[in-house]
Amino acid sequence: MIVQNIFFWVLALAMVLGAIGVVRSQNVVHAALYLVVVMAGAAAQYILLAAEFVAWVQVIIYIGAVIILFLFGIMLTRAPMGGDTKLDNDQRWPAAVVSVFLAGVLGALLIDAFGKKEIVISGAKGEQLLQVGKAGHLADSIFTAYVVPFEVVSILLLAALVGAVVIARRD
Amino acid sequence: MILNQFLILAAVLFCIGVYGVLARRNGVLVLMSVELMLNAVNINLIAFSAYLRETAGEVFALFVITIAAAEVGVGLAIVLLIYRNLHSPDLDHVEQLKG
Repeated sequence: MIVQNIFFWVLALAMVLGAIGVVRSQNVVHAALYLVVVMAGAAAQYILLAAEFVAWVQVIIYIGAVIILFLFGIMLTRAPMGGDTKLDNDQRWPAAVVSVFLAGVLGALLIDAFGKKEIVISGAKGEQLLQVGKAGHLADSIFTAYVVPFEVVSILLLAALVGAVVIARRD
Repeated sequence: MILNQFLILAAVLFCIGVYGVLARRNGVLVLMSVELMLNAVNINLIAFSAYLRETAGEVFALFVITIAAAEVGVGLAIVLLIYRNLHSPDLDHVEQLKG
């Protein structure tokens, strides 16, 4: 019980610092690398919650594909590497006020709504949790109850692929 | 583990993402902040999935990951087009429709 909490707080600290690095770094490539820290931390949190399949999908898709796509985007837009050009606009303080206000509202709401509700991870309920996270169980769910959304998502991916090619193509 | 520790972590990450979207001017960095927000939502979905012992949350998280990948593809294509037309990836320069 305690061990999971220690892991949670270490990962949470790394993720929050990484996220601040993403939005504050003055070097575009460093921001992409900080994003890797956040993504990997999220994958570790999923493993902590026994969602192993989603964790590995996160590693493959986000860290494997999305970050590479970002690095390609940085390369193709010839983003400034030296930190000589400003990457932030002049509404930094209003943005900080908005996000702190939003954090306060969300935090108060969550504490009010869920209080000390606990995710039970020991005993028979813990066994049940491990069953829920299994890849086979997830596959059963996707290909029975959620088969229509699954097919719709595949159409959406095709549309996004064609759309990206059409938008980025030189005429 | 308490459910709220995951939810509040996700809320904090989401708010950092909101800050990034509002304060960044480079298009690629704005997209990175959007990814941060989508990731926060995924943590919420997985936490509720573990709390309720339901697979639905994990299935939705997979869908969100898929849609995030599609969004990055289209978004980077748009940023590339902005760069090609305005010779800068900065979103401040996109103001042709400004009255």
